[in-house]
Amino acid sequence: MDRKTFLQTTGAALLSIAGGKAEASPRESTTEFCGVLTDTTRCIGCRACERACAVAHGHAVPDIETDEALETERTPTDKQWTVVNRYDTDAGAVYVKKQCLHCWQPACAAACLTNAMEKTRKGPVVWNSDKCMGCRFCMVSCPFDIPKFEYDEWNPSIQKCNMCWERLERGEQPACVAACPTDALMFGRKRELMEVARVRIYNHPDRYVHHIYGEHEVGGTGWLYLAAVPFEQIGFRTDLGTTPYPEYTRDFLYTVPVALFGLPALLYGLNQLTERSSEPGDEATS
Amino acid sequence: MTGMVRFVLSEMKPRGKMWTPFNIISVPIMLLGVGILYVRFTEGLGAVTNLSQEFPWGFWIGFDVVTGVAFAGGAYIITFVVYVMRVDKYHAIVRATVLNGLLAYVFYAGALVLDLGRPWNIINPIIGNSFGYNSVLFLVAWHFLLYMLAEAVEFSPVFAEWLGMWRFRRIMNGLTLGAVIFGITLSTLHQSGLGALFLLAKAKIHPLWYSEFIPILFFASSIFAGLSMIIIEGTISDRVFNDREEQGAHDEIVFGLAKGAAISMFVYYFFKTLIFVHEHHWALITDGWGAWYLFEVLGLVLVPCAMFAHGVRHRRLGIIRIAAVLALLGIVANRLNISVIAFNWRAAVHYYPSWQEIVVTMMVISAEIWVFRWVVTRMPVFDTPGQRSAAT
Repeated sequence: MDRKTFLQTTGAALLSIAGGKAEASPRESTTEFCGVLTDTTRCIGCRACERACAVAHGHAVPDIETDEALETERTPTDKQWTVVNRYDTDAGAVYVKKQCLHCWQPACAAACLTNAMEKTRKGPVVWNSDKCMGCRFCMVSCPFDIPKFEYDEWNPSIQKCNMCWERLERGEQPACVAACPTDALMFGRKRELMEVARVRIYNHPDRYVHHIYGEHEVGGTGWLYLAAVPFEQIGFRTDLGTTPYPEYTRDFLYTVPVALFGLPALLYGLNQLTERSSEPGDEATS
Repeated sequence: MTGMVRFVLSEMKPRGKMWTPFNIISVPIMLLGVGILYVRFTEGLGAVTNLSQEFPWGFWIGFDVVTGVAFAGGAYIITFVVYVMRVDKYHAIVRATVLNGLLAYVFYAGALVLDLGRPWNIINPIIGNSFGYNSVLFLVAWHFLLYMLAEAVEFSPVFAEWLGMWRFRRIMNGLTLGAVIFGITLSTLHQSGLGALFLLAKAKIHPLWYSEFIPILFFASSIFAGLSMIIIEGTISDRVFNDREEQGAHDEIVFGLAKGAAISMFVYYFFKTLIFVHEHHWALITDGWGAWYLFEVLGLVLVPCAMFAHGVRHRRLGIIRIAAVLALLGIVANRLNISVIAFNWRAAVHYYPSWQEIVVTMMVISAEIWVFRWVVTRMPVFDTPGQRSAAT
């Protein structure tokens, strides 16, 4: 048997052992997560995205005729899934749209004990009202503080951007992307968005900082950002690291089955070791 | 059978004095608490709590659940010592400790339901239509539930003795060792699991309190939290329910518990120091957070640890009791720091509990004490085990 046939047969044998895993992989490779590229150098702060979002999801439509809302730094709320903030930087005013970043490996979904928070196959992270029990662990774990809770409802929901999941199902773009008049927002597969982002940096190396926020942050996010100024100056946390959040609890979760079977064995062994005389089960009967 | 029903009904009637200081304080608190909960369940959590989008977990989670479960750690330690290691010395306190553990889980872990936004969906992770296996909280929830069952089995012989169900008692007795071993395993995992919840809050907890070793720290501290709680409870039970044991034997038990607390606290302190040095946290202790951290680790861990050791060596019960109080305060400080105080420490507006949150917490504690009192005045909890069965 030469080296090639050896590898082929071993490979085939391994694949058949892997079974289900080998079957699942080709299907997974055909779906790529989608996301949105936000080019903050193109954003003019018109907040058309805020309005489109509110209309698409039946929220109170914000007044975008005046710029009063831009005076303070805002975060999305339980009644408004996306907001635009203005930052006065060395490079002038920079407008940054804020919403859920749709992490590739979301902390919120890893935190959820009912799978109510779910990373869908297309990429949006969505919330399911039938499953959620309102523990708010998703809010505790989200590094971007995105999920919001309706504290004034007897039957509260978790509110956050769902990347217009229902529009994607119909083959449309997210409402904010469709509404953007300056093409500051671009919807697509992350692989394509990364190419576009790199080309823009490559073609205009002095217009952008050479970093794509979301490429590696917390293991990569669906929503990507380009900017002319360092990201910490425009409201981004740059200390979050590149480790996907589920990794932080993985070691602990892996030790659980070991402990669940190992500890009782150890304890029973200790119990038998300390038995002084042969009075079976006498100790426990009192 | 009708005899038993009549017996249970007669046992339901209140006994003892009505106008005790505890009753006078606790009854209005519980009535007020019920009113607050009515508002909470009709108008939402925001109507009675200071919770916010930045602080999704407040006093109810941080104190009632996270701290309360650490306090209830005594049951798994004492059952380990008595049933697994067969140390007879502590047999006298097994029943009271297990009852305390059981009630603590029912009430404090049960208080979690008050905090859930959609509590009717709490069955989802249990009945199996949506298992979030990859969630630490899923694990903790299941372990709470199973541990309550294990403790109920451990306590059931007492219940059987109360009703005179001797066959049932014999069956449940046979299950005791299994329940104990299962219970210790579950406790190890959910005490550390409560800490593991906060591993996902890496971006939010002050670096002095965040560590990848939080699960181990939570487990280690639950040992002396449980032991200190037994010492305090023993002191109170002695006074309130009249001591039915020989005083000398009881003192020996307290000294033994204090010794265990001193050793486990020192291990915990050593581990805290190791993490502190290893993570190069020296620069962080210069501000207010640093002072607060040092107060927790030195004032509420190292000091009570030394007091326990001193009290054991010189046989001073008074010092041991003060040490136990300080140790419990240290646990409160530590658990609240991680879940509430040093959580989102950068936030401009910080959370503090509303008076309603505190009243509901006091209501939960009062209710637990009421049930505890009801049980110990009727069931053979403080009797030396075996006494009754020998009599029959």
